[in-house]
Amino acid sequence: MSFRILVLVKQVPDTRNVGENAMKADGTVNRAALPAIFNPEDMNALEMALKVKDERDDAQVIVLTMGPSRAADVIRESLYRGADKGYLITDRKFAGSDTLATSYTLAAAARKLMPFNLLIAGRQAIDGDTAQVGPQVAEKLNLPQVTYAEELQDVSGASVIVKRRLDRGVETVKVDTPVVLTVHSSAEPCRPRNAKRLLSFKHARTVTELQNEVKDYTSLYNDRPYLEIEEWTADNLKVDDEWLGLSGSPTKVKKIENVVFKQKDSVQITGADEDLDKLMKDLVDSHVIG
Amino acid sequence: MENIFVYCEITEEGHVADVSLQLLTKGRELSRQLGVELEAAALGKDMDQVAHQVRPYGVHKLHLADDDCLFPYTTLPHAAIIAGLCQQIKPQIALFGATPVGRDLAPRVASQLQCGLTADCTSLVIGDHHDKKSDTTYKNLLYQVRPAFGGNIIATIINPETRPQMATVREGVMKQEVADKPADMEINTLEVSDLTKAEHFLIDILDRHIEPKKVNITGSQIIISGGYGMGSKENFQLLYQLAEALGGEVAGSRAAVDAGFVEHDRQVGQTGVTVRPKLYIACGISGAVQHRAGMEQSAKIISINTDPGAPINNIADYAITGKVEEVIPKLIKYYKKHAK
Ligand SMILES: Cc1cc2nc3c(=O)[nH]c(=O)nc-3n(C[C@H](O)[C@H](O)[C@H](O)COP(=O)(O)OP(=O)(O)OC[C@H]3O[C@@H](n4cnc5c(N)ncnc54)[C@H](O)[C@@H]3O)c2cc1C
Ligand SMILES: Nc1ncnc2c1ncn2[C@@H]1O[C@H](COP(=O)(O)O)[C@@H](O)[C@H]1O
Repeated sequence: MSFRILVLVKQVPDTRNVGENAMKADGTVNRAALPAIFNPEDMNALEMALKVKDERDDAQVIVLTMGPSRAADVIRESLYRGADKGYLITDRKFAGSDTLATSYTLAAAARKLMPFNLLIAGRQAIDGDTAQVGPQVAEKLNLPQVTYAEELQDVSGASVIVKRRLDRGVETVKVDTPVVLTVHSSAEPCRPRNAKRLLSFKHARTVTELQNEVKDYTSLYNDRPYLEIEEWTADNLKVDDEWLGLSGSPTKVKKIENVVFKQKDSVQITGADEDLDKLMKDLVDSHVIG
Repeated sequence: MENIFVYCEITEEGHVADVSLQLLTKGRELSRQLGVELEAAALGKDMDQVAHQVRPYGVHKLHLADDDCLFPYTTLPHAAIIAGLCQQIKPQIALFGATPVGRDLAPRVASQLQCGLTADCTSLVIGDHHDKKSDTTYKNLLYQVRPAFGGNIIATIINPETRPQMATVREGVMKQEVADKPADMEINTLEVSDLTKAEHFLIDILDRHIEPKKVNITGSQIIISGGYGMGSKENFQLLYQLAEALGGEVAGSRAAVDAGFVEHDRQVGQTGVTVRPKLYIACGISGAVQHRAGMEQSAKIISINTDPGAPINNIADYAITGKVEEVIPKLIKYYKKHAK
């Protein structure tokens, strides 16, 4: 039996670098203007999984992502860095999923890939910053969860030892596998792409992507089946449509607003002595300070 | 039934966490508005003091679980107890702190109860909603307001159909005030052994190193905050000098924290703490939305910046154009001159 690790990775808009043009006039986000990136903490999660492979010959790393067709990019990126196989969970029915519907869908996919020893997610995705999907997948699979993992310290046996990063310290816990981990940004950064793997997996494609290719790669894929990124739709999973996408999402967005701050009539002053002297006098006199 | 429920988190020191007291304050306001009662739960060990801490906030009923197995916090027993309790008392709203514990627990409970959960709310308001598609009007929903997309937009989230309406709330964004006339508080002692099973104790804590909270800038009426424009850790000494003179605390922007000028406990903003002091002096801080989100409610704001066009100046009462190295020593000097 091999030691199987599922890693949940997500493609997200790069919300850390939102320029002026990324906001539309109505105050909503122009997603098209934001580059799609590999969610940063999912990179840490991937590294945690790949580390196990360094230590155990029988370890196998399988990445899973739910998203539109182009989310296959994060699977290719994972393959370049050392993952063994990838699955894209994609279907129009998943559109509009909140964290509950997302975790329902991801848990159904994970169930199909059982047995596994570890399921590793990032702590949170930067598009929503909710940090809810990891714990909710764990609940749906009825597995224990260890959140904010920083380091996997022992993966040799039937249980693992995990160091967690908390607000003001660390905690080390031991737990039997299978278990769900969510990985904190303080964990080790992901190793770079491996040049050889980059060459081998450059042409890794999902069925849908293949159909859209101009060139015919049929023979290439027959020779190298590992190049297939498996694509699963709702029909491939044991799911109830009612729990998917928008209908399976109890949270609804009522309103989106631009961030507006109250403009104040500010008093402009210079750093000259007389200005600062007067400022401090005013503040003392009005009992703001002193 | 239909009450407001607050999960009270117990700190390392065995107190009810400030964020939970803030939620009790908010919960009390919401419960009055909706004409329902406020219920709370606290889980931990050696909980003798907890009722005493919670009562002044106007809680009608406190569910108390006191057992060695509940501290330090682990997910499964807490989740089993809270989910079980919610199924029993059926609150319409359930609130948790957006702390490492709250954000570990609330999603697990929400998943079990199959209800919606909104993370990191900064404001909670009661309001109606009309759904055009089904032509249904929902009365008295909880509007859960939170920053989204890295703080660039503000989203209002609702859960029309599922109950409880669940939210986590960041520390410091809600006021913390005891009730004028606290309600008579009923205490319900929970039987931990009935609510948990052996399979909930799968996590073995081998080792913990948790530092007590050293600074709590949210309690300070005067905050001297430094940004990347301070230039160095050494220059932050100027801020400590000013803080000492004025009787305040030192804080920082995330860029200053990331640069190692100041420790993370002092970070103000969306991913730090939210403060609302009498006076906030922003020194070498540009005023990105994520920073302003944590301090715009300060009563008076002074900014010191070399760039007169820095966004922080838009919300400042006094915008001083100048170098921090030069301005701050003068502020100290003239304060001392005028102080009575
Ligand atoms: C999801 C997310 C969450 C975030 N959360 C937070 C948060 O919680 N808190 C936070 O602060 N930021 C947060 N940020 C980061 C935020 O976007 C800004 O990058 C950060 O606030 C900038 O810090 P700063 O103003 O100190 O630095 P800068 O933007 O580099 O500004 C430095 C300022 O100093 C001025 N200056 C330079 N030299 C001098 C001098 N000698 N004297 C006077 N002025 C000088 C400059 O004119 C400039 O205005 C977050 C970002 C993201 C994406
Ligand atoms: N659509 C998705 N596909 C794969 N993994 C996801 C998806 N959404 C969330 N996750 C995982 O759950 C973590 C937390 O996401 P969130 O709850 O959205 O902050 C992420 O870091 C991912 O590991």
